[in-house]
Amino acid sequence: MGNDITKLTLTETLKLLEEKKVSTAELNKAYLERIEKYNPQLNAYLYVNHDNEKIPAAIKDVISTKGFPTTASSKILEGFIPPYDATVITNLESQGVRAIGKTNCDEFAMGGSGENSAYGATKNPWDQTKVTGGSSGGSAAAVASDLCVFALGSDTGGSIRQPSSLTGIVGLKPSYGRVSRYGLIAMASSLDQIGPMTKSVEDAALVLDWISGSDGYDSNCTKEKFSLTPSRWKAGIKRLKVGVPKEYFGEGLDPKVKQVIEDAIKKLEELGAEIVEVSLPHSEYALAAYYIIVPSEVSSNMARFDGIRYGFGREKIGPEVKRRIMLGTYTLSTGYYDEYYAKAAKVRTLIKGDFDKAFEKVDVIVGPVSPTTAWNLGEKVDDPLTMYLADIYTISANLAGIPGLSVPCGFSEGLPVGLQILGKQFDEETILRVGYAYEQATDWRKEKPKL
Amino acid sequence: MFCSCSADYFGKEPNTHTCPVCLALPGALPYINEEAINDCIKIGLALNCTVADKSLFERKNYFYPDLPKGYQISQYRWPLTVNGWIEVVGQDGKTKKIRINRAHQEEDTGKLTHKDSNTLIDFNRSGVPLVEIVTEPDFSDTTQIVDYAKKLQQIFRYLEVSNADMERGDMRLEANISVRPVGQTTLPNYRVELKNINSFRFMMAAVEYEIKRQIAALEKGERLQQETRGWNEDKKETFLQRVKEEANDYRYFPEPDLPKLKISENQINQIKSELPELPVQKSVRFQKEFGLRLDQILVLIESSELSEFYERAVEVGRSHHIDPKIIANFIINRKINIEETAPTEIIEQILESKAGIVEDPGQIEGLAAEVISENPQIAADFKKGKETALQALIGAGMKKRKGKVSVEILKSTLENLLQKE
Repeated sequence: MGNDITKLTLTETLKLLEEKKVSTAELNKAYLERIEKYNPQLNAYLYVNHDNEKIPAAIKDVISTKGFPTTASSKILEGFIPPYDATVITNLESQGVRAIGKTNCDEFAMGGSGENSAYGATKNPWDQTKVTGGSSGGSAAAVASDLCVFALGSDTGGSIRQPSSLTGIVGLKPSYGRVSRYGLIAMASSLDQIGPMTKSVEDAALVLDWISGSDGYDSNCTKEKFSLTPSRWKAGIKRLKVGVPKEYFGEGLDPKVKQVIEDAIKKLEELGAEIVEVSLPHSEYALAAYYIIVPSEVSSNMARFDGIRYGFGREKIGPEVKRRIMLGTYTLSTGYYDEYYAKAAKVRTLIKGDFDKAFEKVDVIVGPVSPTTAWNLGEKVDDPLTMYLADIYTISANLAGIPGLSVPCGFSEGLPVGLQILGKQFDEETILRVGYAYEQATDWRKEKPKL
Repeated sequence: MFCSCSADYFGKEPNTHTCPVCLALPGALPYINEEAINDCIKIGLALNCTVADKSLFERKNYFYPDLPKGYQISQYRWPLTVNGWIEVVGQDGKTKKIRINRAHQEEDTGKLTHKDSNTLIDFNRSGVPLVEIVTEPDFSDTTQIVDYAKKLQQIFRYLEVSNADMERGDMRLEANISVRPVGQTTLPNYRVELKNINSFRFMMAAVEYEIKRQIAALEKGERLQQETRGWNEDKKETFLQRVKEEANDYRYFPEPDLPKLKISENQINQIKSELPELPVQKSVRFQKEFGLRLDQILVLIESSELSEFYERAVEVGRSHHIDPKIIANFIINRKINIEETAPTEIIEQILESKAGIVEDPGQIEGLAAEVISENPQIAADFKKGKETALQALIGAGMKKRKGKVSVEILKSTLENLLQKE
């Protein structure tokens, strides 16, 4: 089979394994060869497990893996080997899947380009002068360049969907509460969610099936696991109501990206969907609310890295993380709490209300994932505010707790563009259904970057 | 409180009762221990608190090496139970109602040991459920404080929520002391917190010392400040531990890892129905049912085990027509060890001591007449009003019959005869 098996999706790989046409040893050998060849230029992996005997998955370095280094791409956790597995890792193990490596990301998942890693930026496989997006940039690059069968990322404001969009893969942020966060190094606890980053929509659905469900360790994860019902989610999208929010197509959206998204929406219409304009009127306040809630929770979540344990002092913490700790310490202070955190919480309720109202009329909402395609490495690093704007279309889903999917939908100047499909809370099935119908009707998934 | 490590940490090898959650390893999350929540509700109900409609956990953010998360999960704005009260007895013997502001749920911290120039951290205690009970500033003397502390301890033990052992740190007291001139009704603008005191007696001594110290300072015209003090038992004085120059900003915010607490009316009623009879209720019943004196009752209800032992003995005694008062006296006077004795044995012992005792009124009347005629001077003294003379006559009667005579009947017979003469 040679190198070809690395091109296969998870679903296809499982079939070959079942038919005994390929062994896990061959699978790991093929992937390790590619990793050895391409990882030095891409910097997708921070750690590679050379002794893997299971189906090889790439695991974002913010997810705790027993026995494998877990650093959250930070120097303060350099060399830290956790004594326990995250729930998602335990779940994958029971499906015969193990980490072939830990992937690079923005330090403690704080960033939208992959450049905030203390171990250097990951490069976009489509153009190595470009960013992968972030924070799950390493996982995205590993999937896009076939350095793993699939990957896990985490998404607090778009960290799965945006790099998936920028590297042309499928990325799913499940509903808040669908997947246990136990073992995910927290950024913003009320927004964080682990999800699959895959080569196909079907793979994303399968991985969600594997990793979802209550485990008794995450008090906010009380839902049953997501179960695939092929007859339902492969049923096509005839007469399905697809909402298009006018607020997601205004100023700031790259016209070429806009064109690609509009073409994708036309495709959905051709497939029988009914396109309906909807409004999410509080969208413009989402970014402000997000950048109060996130730093507030960050300032508290980062307090455990106090320099007493893990071997290093706080001077090892990078600038973006420090920035958020300071912002959050301020917004939670006596006298400012009501003005900032409490007010942001109210905005959050309004944004949730926007979606509730829109979903009375439509089954899913579609739009761009990112206002632009991948930008040049170094382009925005000195301008955090511009960097924050890259998350403008993705953060609302986190604030509202709803699921979001990024599906490859074309290219702009040779760089991938992703279509975002948002659904009602705990209705991953419908967004996967739309994503699957679109994917099957197009050939975008067959495009691979030339390394 | 938020993991499943054993809370029985006392005296255990350091850092052996730990897990990713209570060590706050990266990625670990808290999950709520329902039993602890129920216990907190029990405590609240026992202190006449109401269970709040809305309750949630918040993070109290501060840096300290014994706090591995860098914050403590506690309750601040939305405590679990609120607005209760408890009655305590003061120096003047009068009962006073102390208002309880709240009984809320939080978690304990680790333990620091300073050794030479090093500090060692033991996380065994980290995350152990801790209920904090806060009163209003209603205490006016130290007797009330000690009575309060003892009553709380007794309630915890009755509820079986804690051993409430002060020496082991199961129960810790923190007193906030300030003084004001006679007649002033508003609270002073400072308070001194007494902390890390591990016995009721020391706490009482510390509070008394502190009241004197503060009065003396104010009379000298000094300004008192917000501070934390400890107790030096050797010197019998309080000492400064920490000055609170400005209040710590704990940056409280709702704990995003945990859902709001939803306590249904059903759950509250269920807990209420399972509450044991508490000391206060037991005291009233013992008085009513058995006609015991308050001092007897207080001894018998000191622990629920002793009171249950007593009641079982009364039950057994009933078929032998033994007065519950006699059983109470027997247990108290002989300091019966209830762990080594069965209630039936008590009854047997009482019956044995009663065996051969003359209770026949005719026989006793004869004896009484004999005693009076043999001790005319003492009998005369009694008639003149010397109450103790009666005891001497009873003693003489007991001596004549080698103790085998009912004291109660002999006493009433003597009284009758002497009054007739």
